[in-house]
Amino acid sequence: MNLNVEIKRYNPEEDEAPHWESYEVPAEPLDSALALLLHVKWHIDGTLALRKSCAHGVCGSDAMQINGENLLACSVLVQDLVGKDADGATITFAPLPAAPVVKDLVIDQSRFFEKYRDVKPWLITDGPAPERERTQSPEEHEVIEDATKCIMCGACTHACPSTWSDPDYLGPAAMLKAYRYTFDTRDDGAEERLDVVDSPDGLWKCYTIFNCNEACPKDIDITRWLSALKRKATAANVSSAA
Amino acid sequence: MTFSHDVVVVGAGGAGLMAALYAREGGADVGVVSKLHPLRSHTGAAQGGIAAALGNEEEDHWLWHAFDTVKGSDYLGDQDAIEALCKDAPRTIVELEHYGVPFSRNEKGKISQRRFGGHTRNFGEAPVKRACHAADRTGHTILHTLYDQCTKQGVRFYDEFQVLDLIMTEDGECAGVVAYEILTGEIHTFHAKQVCFATGGYGRAFKTTSNAHAGTGDGMAIALRNGIPLEDMEFVQFHPTGLYRLGILITEGARGEGGILRNAEGERFMERYAPTVKDLAPRDLISQCIYKEIREGRGIQGKDYVHLDLTHVGEEVLDKKLPEISEFSRTYMGINPKEEPIPVVPTCHYAMGGIPTDEDGHVERAERGSWVPGLFAVGECACVSIHGANRLGTNALLELVVFGRRAGMQMAKEVREGKDFSPLPDEPEQWTRDTLDRLLSNTRDEGEPIVKVRTDLQETMMENVSVFRNDDTLTTALDDIQEIRPRAHNVVVEDKGKRFNTDLMDAFEVECMVDYAESIAACARYRTESRGAHSREDHQNRNDDEWLHHTLYESDCGGEYEFDDKNVVITRFEPKERKY
Repeated sequence: MNLNVEIKRYNPEEDEAPHWESYEVPAEPLDSALALLLHVKWHIDGTLALRKSCAHGVCGSDAMQINGENLLACSVLVQDLVGKDADGATITFAPLPAAPVVKDLVIDQSRFFEKYRDVKPWLITDGPAPERERTQSPEEHEVIEDATKCIMCGACTHACPSTWSDPDYLGPAAMLKAYRYTFDTRDDGAEERLDVVDSPDGLWKCYTIFNCNEACPKDIDITRWLSALKRKATAANVSSAA
Repeated sequence: MTFSHDVVVVGAGGAGLMAALYAREGGADVGVVSKLHPLRSHTGAAQGGIAAALGNEEEDHWLWHAFDTVKGSDYLGDQDAIEALCKDAPRTIVELEHYGVPFSRNEKGKISQRRFGGHTRNFGEAPVKRACHAADRTGHTILHTLYDQCTKQGVRFYDEFQVLDLIMTEDGECAGVVAYEILTGEIHTFHAKQVCFATGGYGRAFKTTSNAHAGTGDGMAIALRNGIPLEDMEFVQFHPTGLYRLGILITEGARGEGGILRNAEGERFMERYAPTVKDLAPRDLISQCIYKEIREGRGIQGKDYVHLDLTHVGEEVLDKKLPEISEFSRTYMGINPKEEPIPVVPTCHYAMGGIPTDEDGHVERAERGSWVPGLFAVGECACVSIHGANRLGTNALLELVVFGRRAGMQMAKEVREGKDFSPLPDEPEQWTRDTLDRLLSNTRDEGEPIVKVRTDLQETMMENVSVFRNDDTLTTALDDIQEIRPRAHNVVVEDKGKRFNTDLMDAFEVECMVDYAESIAACARYRTESRGAHSREDHQNRNDDEWLHHTLYESDCGGEYEFDDKNVVITRFEPKERKY
């Protein structure tokens, strides 16, 4: 079948404003959406800009809006977007919405990674490390395992209305990282990390809308883990007030 | 612009981040230059595990691990380096755990370990549980944790800066690198006391590969162009279980957890080829066996694939230990591995060869027995050599961490002891500017689209230089490469702009691919024996009398090349027939 691929193009150095361009692309039902974009770039217009690398959903390069949803282009198939027999159907591609566009589907991620750095995303421990591994039961491990699946693609943060309205909001990706370390039984850094996330631009601007969960290509239960972080912050506040 | 650092690491996968971390801990000022954001590096795609004789599940010893690695390498790995690797492995895993890597745990709360191909107890008796893992996302968790640690330590990152050239002085010292800033199109000089290449592998030269789009072997090609030899390039690992048609990796951990390969008759064919370890034989052997089954008409439905059967391993194992590959099977093939077998085919996976180094990462010169001052290499782009003719699964992640650390410490130590900047030559960016100007000025009248040239190269490499080779196929490949080289030189870059011009970088990468693809095909034709992953139909036996040595390859990257031999270091394990 042939599909109508519409891409939101924008080169800030040349264009006054973003504009949509259409391309006719041959496709099979099992082709990924990334394959459609690469067809455009390689066979029709080499000036198209996009990020890509692993092409199977583990590197997090190619999160973008496809038919209005935040998805990894490499992890969604044509048949999932338009069905198996959809000659002439349209698929739209736009950059993630809550950051400046560098060019076409490439966004500036510097703020996104600044927020990641803000939450002290590393294991903080008191005292010397033991000679062997620190032990952790499978049950304790399971508390953080879901959050460790995060590939930092940004789909969640860019799906969140709080991010859209407040550029300073830490966003779900950074706070999920805070959860991942704070709830790691090996970590002693809860206090310093809660200092960062227990703030008006942090946890309390999460209104449990679940957009992040829906957007996450790794199916991480982000809202649940942010809620756990909120409970921990509240408990810490209560105990310090007492 | 000119940037200056004590240490410049090129590439930000596991090896690069580990080198950066240790150089930084050793007091050096470190910059990491990578064409991708570090978290997009292909280390993140490593699934099944990282080897270490921790003995958390059952008795294990580093010497058993060393023996398996030597035997797995078909006796071409250097045994001093292999001993260093296996001895240091348990300490390395504990260190990663202390950094925060979220390893899966066993009932005692210790790091969980599972079986993997070629890893055995007591020198080959039976498979052993040696692969430490975080479900089937082991590389992902290591990459992210190391990046977190580098962030903590204040390592300076230059993300999306693509290195295009090494800066070498007339005396043959390395003074830095030249990089292209993808965001702005600016060319920069990085002046450094020590440069460390951690640029990864080259799978993208083959049509079917598990490698990321970024796996275009740039570092190896750049080294070759600067007069540095490449070692053992004929040894290319094809992983037995790539998803049919796509090449996406299905971890060997799937067989470690009990998965079985079956042919069209439903037969567990590996029982015939490797009666002791069966489906947990090393990758070279299994890939060859799959091709044999297909050639003899036992591919599924007469086609060119076999089945990986996980239907019997149980829901709990698939959900807990192999969630990612279950997801890949569903997403890309519409198959639920609990109910149906997965169609698989060998896929180009890993470069055993690369830039020759010692155990501390120093890069060997063409003149033997001496090193290039100021230049190091680690990880897949390097050849220490621990993998010899075939790498065992889970030894790659281990190599990144063990030798990345060693190179980082060594670079910092030499800086502390007074290693200074080599003076920059006049116009260090000249070659890069000329090359990019040429690529940008190519016109449609004389040039072809990049994709056409790249596809032709990938097809000849897949057809002629993959699991089975012979003199005819390799000569065909070399002829094709000669024909492709001027076409790669003249490809048309449609994007003439400065901003995020990946079209231009694609063109640069195609020329890299031609240069190292030639080294693979040429070394494969040169080595007239079969050893490990190098299987010659016209020379089917291993020939220790003539070929128990490494290959060194030098080239002018214009079709003229020569070979040299390098001794294999043998310490404890005398070469024997390799049976599983």
